[in-house]
Amino acid sequence: MSSIMVQEGGTAEGLSLPRLTRSTSATGRWDDHLFRLLIRASALSLLLIVLGMVAVLTMEALPSIRAFGWRFLVTSTWDPVAQRFGALPLVYGTVVSSLLALLIAVPLGIGTAVYLAEVAPLWIRPPISFLIELLAAVPSVVYGLWGLFVLVPWLRAYVQPALGATLGFLPLFQGPPYGVGMLAAGLILALMIVPFIIAVGREVLLAVPNTQREAALALGATRWETTRLAVLRYARSGLVGAILLGLGRALGETMAVTMVIGNRPEISASLFAPGYTMASLIANEFTEATSDLYLSALVEVGLLLFLVTVIVNALARLLIWSVGGAVKEVRE
Amino acid sequence: MWTNVPVRRVLHLALLGLASLVLTAGFAVGPVSAQMLINGAGATFPYPIYSKWFDEYSKVDPSVRFNYQSIGSGGGIRQIRERTVDFGASDGPMTDEQLRQAPGRIFHIPTVLGAVVATYNLPGDPKPRFTPDLLADIFLGKIVKWNDPRIAAVNPGVALPNQPIIVVHRSDGSGTTYIWVDYLSKVSKEWEQKVGRGTSVNWPVGLGGKGNEGVSGQVKSTPGAIGYVELAYAIKNNLPAPAVRNRAGKFVQPSIQSTTAAAAGAARNMPPDFRVSLTDPPGEDAYPIASFTWLLVYGDQSDEAKGKALVKFLRWAIHDGQKYASDLLYAPLPPQVVSQIEAKLKQITYQGKPLQATR
Repeated sequence: MSSIMVQEGGTAEGLSLPRLTRSTSATGRWDDHLFRLLIRASALSLLLIVLGMVAVLTMEALPSIRAFGWRFLVTSTWDPVAQRFGALPLVYGTVVSSLLALLIAVPLGIGTAVYLAEVAPLWIRPPISFLIELLAAVPSVVYGLWGLFVLVPWLRAYVQPALGATLGFLPLFQGPPYGVGMLAAGLILALMIVPFIIAVGREVLLAVPNTQREAALALGATRWETTRLAVLRYARSGLVGAILLGLGRALGETMAVTMVIGNRPEISASLFAPGYTMASLIANEFTEATSDLYLSALVEVGLLLFLVTVIVNALARLLIWSVGGAVKEVRE
Repeated sequence: MWTNVPVRRVLHLALLGLASLVLTAGFAVGPVSAQMLINGAGATFPYPIYSKWFDEYSKVDPSVRFNYQSIGSGGGIRQIRERTVDFGASDGPMTDEQLRQAPGRIFHIPTVLGAVVATYNLPGDPKPRFTPDLLADIFLGKIVKWNDPRIAAVNPGVALPNQPIIVVHRSDGSGTTYIWVDYLSKVSKEWEQKVGRGTSVNWPVGLGGKGNEGVSGQVKSTPGAIGYVELAYAIKNNLPAPAVRNRAGKFVQPSIQSTTAAAAGAARNMPPDFRVSLTDPPGEDAYPIASFTWLLVYGDQSDEAKGKALVKFLRWAIHDGQKYASDLLYAPLPPQVVSQIEAKLKQITYQGKPLQATR
């Protein structure tokens, strides 16, 4: 139990650093003033950029917001010819494909990160880490092409028929096996965000002070208990950061997803069915959108993507905080 | 901390990029500043032939340099309307509404022709051919099996499998889609009412692939699939491109000659502004799914020297330029249309006076 005490002390240590800066700047050194001014300006400019984006998106989306109102959020027809636009299947496709990706990527990513930081023999760590960083640098169009020419035929020929035969009673695995569709999108996204989760997760775990591990081991904890209680809990917020970074990439990913998801604005319970995401739709249709209302509707999809990203991120943080908090209460 | 290395690397890259940008910019601007620069933007489909033309034309007239951004037809129309470029380019004609919104008269100048072909993936490589109503009903989702009696009736002796038809269409807004659905709208009342024409439409059935490569990739990897791609893309990649029955009742194989024949068939009833759809044209040898691609220029040029250079280039493009078309798998303009365009070029003016001396 004392490992928890050590852990809370550890986080407080990090907090004391800014206070230190403040106390020296009070003595009136000009370079401290300048430094403070500079970092404040950079933080502020970021805020301005975000606010500016929201403002411009909202302004450009106004004609569409006026024309469709709430119907834009709850209807499913996307018809550029008749100029009727509803974005519900796009929101659904974005959220479901990203969650599917997280479902696969989080256990895989955190597992690998723990292995690399805690368990793996020292000589094997650098080559694996190098390969992971290499994966993170592969452009998304390459993932997309690989998905289209390798993953999709494999899914259609082997995986989907097998899933349909064994788990076909679930609505998740029904329908004709096209290969392209939500499942392919989720898999390709998982593959794309795993390197991020591993790379960041590993560094976070390595930053856990060794005293944590030593304290746990001294109390007679096994290796698994040490990792779970002393390391993973200590690194929790950093790991959440790693996962959210992955989630952010998944929500906004355009090229790879559009090549494998089937690009059909429809909501279907089956993972075999084609879907569509907001980012893909914008990338697909923006260049040829000639009418003003059409363009405005596309901008509104962009605004919606922005909002969905904020909401999903906030929900993910809340979820993890609440789970973490509950665990702590039980322990104390 | 973990951020250290990536941040430093990113900074490095950014600096390198900046440095190379400054360097290349210096080189690019320096020696050519005496040249006249004509800016254009628009369709991606004719980009290969246009860049070939700009390259060849720089040997004919070294005093002019062209800068063409292939940003898509929609962008081309937008930019010419806002006068941010000297010419636009589009695979679909501007609508009346768009022409009204423009600050001046805009001329459509046809440059070359393209065609769109159906392509499919069937085991055993049978060679089916199609009638217009078959294509429309397949893409409407009304014919769902390859061994449907209606397909069999058009293809006696062809072994068609008992396999579901999987429709694949373009997911990105595209002139190719416009030509395809424009054709379907002409041959099927139901298509016209339910779906209509556009660079993106609300597809009744099917999967979307991004670009010609996305569509052909999905067709190739899905037995029973049918999609549509540009003729040039199909030829380059050896995709099956079936014959389609034209208005004269003949099954015509898509090719560069049969595409040019489509324009020749339409030449007799050519409207003076060239805003004409060539799909489903009259003519024995005409392949029915073809279209012009246009350059968009203002009828009244705002800069005399630039206007003159532009008209001179256009004249060159519809005459000497046409010989480069077939090599790049575009169909050249038929001679009847060339003389019609020539007359149109004489109407381009600067402050009311023609830019091209009438001979």
